[in-house]
Amino acid sequence: MSHSDAVLHLRGESIFVDDIVVTPEMLHAFPLVSTIAHGLIKNIDFQAAQALEGVVAIFTAANIAGENQIGNASVGEELLASREVLYVGQPVAIMVAKTPELAKQAAALCQVEYQILEAIFNARIADNKGLHIAPPRTFAVGNVDNAWQDCAVIVEGQTESGAQEHVYFETQIALAYPLENGGLKLLSATQSPSFTQKIIARVLNKPMHLVEVDVLRLGGGFGGKEEQATMWATLAALAADKTQQPVKLALSRSEDMSFTGKRHPYSADFKIGLNAQGKILAYQVKFYQNAGATADLSLAILERTLFHAGGSYFIPNLKATAVSCQTHLPSNTAFRGFGAPQAMFVMEAAIFAAAEKMGLDASVIQQQNLLSEGDYFYYGMKAENARAKASWQQLQQRLTGQQQAIAEFNCTHRLEKKALALMPLCFGIAFTATFLNQASALVHIYTDGSVSISCGAVEMGQGVKNKLIAVAARVLSIAENRIKIESTNTTRIANMSPTAASNGSDLNGQAVLIACQQLLASLKKVAAEALNVTDIDAIRIQQERVYVKDVATDLTWSQLIGKAYMTRTSLSAQAFYATPDIYFDRSKESGNPFAYHVYGCAAVEVTLDCLRGRYQVDKVRIVHDGGQSLDLKVDIGQIEGALVQGLGWLTSEEIIFDDSGHLKTNDLSQYKIPDIYAAPEIEIEFLNSDNPAAVLNSKAVGEPPLMYAIAVYFALAKAVQAFNPDWQTVYDAPFTPEKVLLALYRKI
Amino acid sequence: MNKISATFILNHRQVTAKVALGMVALDYIRNLQKLTGSKQACRTGDCGACSVLLGRHEKGKLIYHAVNSCLLPMAAVHGCHLVTIEGLNTAELNPIQQAVLDNGGVQCGFCSPGFVVAMTAYFLNAQTANLDEFVDAVAGNLCRCSGYMGIKRALRQLLQQYPLNNSENRLQDLIERQILPDYFVAIAPRLAEIPILKTPSNHDAIMVAGGTDLFVQRPQLLAASQLKLLESNQEITLTQQQCRITASTTLETLKNSPLLQSLFPQFKKEMEMIATTPIRQRATVGGNLANASPIADMAIFFLALAAQLELRSLNGETRSVRLQDFFQTYKQIDLQAGEQIAALSFSCPPQPILFSFEKVSKRQYSDIASVNSALFLELEQETIKTAHLSAGGVAAIPLYLAKTCAYLQGKAISNEVVKQAVNIAQTEISPISDQRGSAEYKRLLLRQLIIAHFLKLLPDLLNAEDLL
Repeated sequence: MSHSDAVLHLRGESIFVDDIVVTPEMLHAFPLVSTIAHGLIKNIDFQAAQALEGVVAIFTAANIAGENQIGNASVGEELLASREVLYVGQPVAIMVAKTPELAKQAAALCQVEYQILEAIFNARIADNKGLHIAPPRTFAVGNVDNAWQDCAVIVEGQTESGAQEHVYFETQIALAYPLENGGLKLLSATQSPSFTQKIIARVLNKPMHLVEVDVLRLGGGFGGKEEQATMWATLAALAADKTQQPVKLALSRSEDMSFTGKRHPYSADFKIGLNAQGKILAYQVKFYQNAGATADLSLAILERTLFHAGGSYFIPNLKATAVSCQTHLPSNTAFRGFGAPQAMFVMEAAIFAAAEKMGLDASVIQQQNLLSEGDYFYYGMKAENARAKASWQQLQQRLTGQQQAIAEFNCTHRLEKKALALMPLCFGIAFTATFLNQASALVHIYTDGSVSISCGAVEMGQGVKNKLIAVAARVLSIAENRIKIESTNTTRIANMSPTAASNGSDLNGQAVLIACQQLLASLKKVAAEALNVTDIDAIRIQQERVYVKDVATDLTWSQLIGKAYMTRTSLSAQAFYATPDIYFDRSKESGNPFAYHVYGCAAVEVTLDCLRGRYQVDKVRIVHDGGQSLDLKVDIGQIEGALVQGLGWLTSEEIIFDDSGHLKTNDLSQYKIPDIYAAPEIEIEFLNSDNPAAVLNSKAVGEPPLMYAIAVYFALAKAVQAFNPDWQTVYDAPFTPEKVLLALYRKI
Repeated sequence: MNKISATFILNHRQVTAKVALGMVALDYIRNLQKLTGSKQACRTGDCGACSVLLGRHEKGKLIYHAVNSCLLPMAAVHGCHLVTIEGLNTAELNPIQQAVLDNGGVQCGFCSPGFVVAMTAYFLNAQTANLDEFVDAVAGNLCRCSGYMGIKRALRQLLQQYPLNNSENRLQDLIERQILPDYFVAIAPRLAEIPILKTPSNHDAIMVAGGTDLFVQRPQLLAASQLKLLESNQEITLTQQQCRITASTTLETLKNSPLLQSLFPQFKKEMEMIATTPIRQRATVGGNLANASPIADMAIFFLALAAQLELRSLNGETRSVRLQDFFQTYKQIDLQAGEQIAALSFSCPPQPILFSFEKVSKRQYSDIASVNSALFLELEQETIKTAHLSAGGVAAIPLYLAKTCAYLQGKAISNEVVKQAVNIAQTEISPISDQRGSAEYKRLLLRQLIIAHFLKLLPDLLNAEDLL
């Protein structure tokens, strides 16, 4: 029987796209990319590249038979720049050669003449110039303008949060094989096989059924392959279609970092008003999102920013406005959290600033304003099974005496300061584009009793395969090693949504569940006939054996499947799932956009070396509302991993472009993701809770825990304050050792 | 002619590879041998996904180290046992793999083979079971899914399961424990039969020691060039108060040197801040100096020991140069064509040595310093007899702060003296703003590190509060 992915990974036997053995006929593609941030292409001299031995073909926008558009919804996202380049690293032509080295060499030999235009890299400057991806949107409840007069304390401020590079370990890659009849087969490292299929069909002017996209697994995605794997797959497809030879396109780490988008940097202005006790009466925020050159997923991300502007709090008067600003950087894109971390950072900064002004610890304000059961979110949804307070309280039990111990430590240590900050979490689960909340599954049972499952979920390390296997094994009551999850393939599953938004196992798990239930119903009929039982409801399958009225029979799973086949019973089922009861009215900015919310709370403790500005995250304690886990090991790994990835965003991961829009932090020696030393001790407790809104009472887990890490910023700020009371708190993430040291020694 | 005919044992079988000298092992393994368990994720030696074990006879004993195959030239593989993840697999998961699995240490899986290799290397080399050292052994392996907790749980479990006794025959021990496959038992005699490769000396060849920076900076050039691999001759000796370190000594050998650990009590911890285990296995002291990066950790360390370099020309003539004179301008060094660094030496003052090395970077470990610095003091009572202070990241070269040192000489230790030294140091530096920090930050950081040196070395003579 089959091994789990983890076993294959540990043996180095799992196959990623770059591990597929290619024949010598395989051609290699590499893009010629813009070296300027904004300008018009005046002329490209391909002569030297064309003359290079081993170069097979060069294609530009002029060679595209269909539409030169790879955008999801909006236009203006060209596969190959036809006239105007919008960022450094934008493909303008594709070199096809016999080796990857030759393709790169060819690109280097091309001479492009540009007419240089003004380039903007900052969201607020873009906003000033009216460079918006779309008009601003506002979510509001109550009336902030009237509320300010009732506030005892009003604080205003500005925040910045930085970009974050995905650093999925497997870089962008695709293999394209020409098939008969004008068809193409793509092996692509994408989170969105159907979207990739659709775009390739659009660009090559083919019906979608001629384009097959297959995804075995990804070496990490984190959102970076939701929209941005498409370009590379489409370029490979274009080259394969034109040359009628298989083509491989793979980016190196520094190319990937330089050419692709990142988590959106945000700048924001906030104003918060509270009564004398710390109850938040009004909160107003404006977000400036740095979208980069094109829309990509920026507007969907902006929308989630608006949905999470209020954090885990109930605020009676709230007004959140957000605008997506066009700059001349690679298009920023989805990244775990999808605009929510950026929103929550501002909310927490506002609370921190208010607490400072009131002479309170921020936790005093946080605690008073947590969402309660039945509260309405400012976008019209009612909070049900709200566990903000329950998580907070359960966490408090583990923090007894901790603040006191820290205060004592700080009294006795001049050169070291400790601090602890809390982060309550509330994260909505569903694609906020309601139509995406659909999935289908195809389940086969073979005559030997082994099971094959196809669905729209892409495995990228989040353990979705484990969870789908758990669902099927539980419904069919068979051993997990009888079940295999197939590659994600557009010929087996049509029109699948991206594996994103944390709900890959929610959506696909439900579809698998329904398919398995259908099969189970047929099998019970077969068993009833075989056992001469009239009451089908008396039949049960448990641990691969048929039971009648709780009495074991001799009929085993394998025999039952054999009988089903011999009696010409279908052993395949296809099922469809659409999340019920979700909708959102954008004309009113109100509705019920989420299936449910994930809650939790974290306490992050840091120690700051005040001499050197270095710090260590010592310990993170978490209470997480995880529902009934389908796979506890997977969920713990997701929580720990998301947290540490979030810590990276807020501490050591700093994206730096030079003045001309070239990425300076373009490899792993310059861009520092957390290593094993940076990972703190993490203690996770789960709230004992059910979740009727998701498959088998489970809860989505991929993104939410990343936001626990936001507390690290405020823990560091408190530690800095403990050393330097003169420091005027700024909210500018990441809080690098540089910023920390400068803050420690900043005088008024 | 830049081809080599390298004979070595790849996992269980002997192979002869006729490849470019400068082809890196990762490309050979993946592209020519189709062993795709070693992953390619950075090609700068930063992530460890391509880790392999390199086994070879050192002083008559077969020693294995984990190295980054993306920076390992095939020229260095001749006569060795090259072990990829495939060469560690047995029919069932081995105990290391099982522990990582059981503790939830696998997510996307791209880094997993590299972790298994690094963990195996720890078992091969560790003297005693020690969690900190086990963590350090895998600290050159990054996991972007950030499954470090699962990995740490696995490390803890493995140490409990396999308390490493200082076994004489670790290899045999690990085979019995099924951490290594059986075929390892026969590797040593098989390696002994591989004849030594005579490479014709070529004066135009690019000299490569560990190659851990050259193969990051210029892989294409090296793949197409004639290389001269510098012979490994690792010696750390103390004679008549002179400590001499041969240039080809690797940073890992340095880190583990009992002599240096006895001279400098914090030495091991300080060395852990420099690169990672697989890089330290390859990177040499001489290479770090010849590379002449303005933040070269070894340069900063030894500048503060007033080290001398022994340079040797092709015809064997040697000359001596002070390390502080060796660095001329940005990446320019006092090294003639064909000349190479033979050794570094410094005089060892009487114990205990007052020496401090400081390094601050964006990420505390495995990162390039924003600023690094070292200070050596020799006191007579409370008066400074000799002071050597160095700083990296604050000028175009690794800097010996001559004026500050001159000022300190003969001064009685006091807060005022330290403050004045800090001020003089500021006049000697000219940091630039780059991705490792703004000029303002680097100035402040050097101030802090100088204060840190003094507070660390002479806590009883100084008032921290006043110095800050």
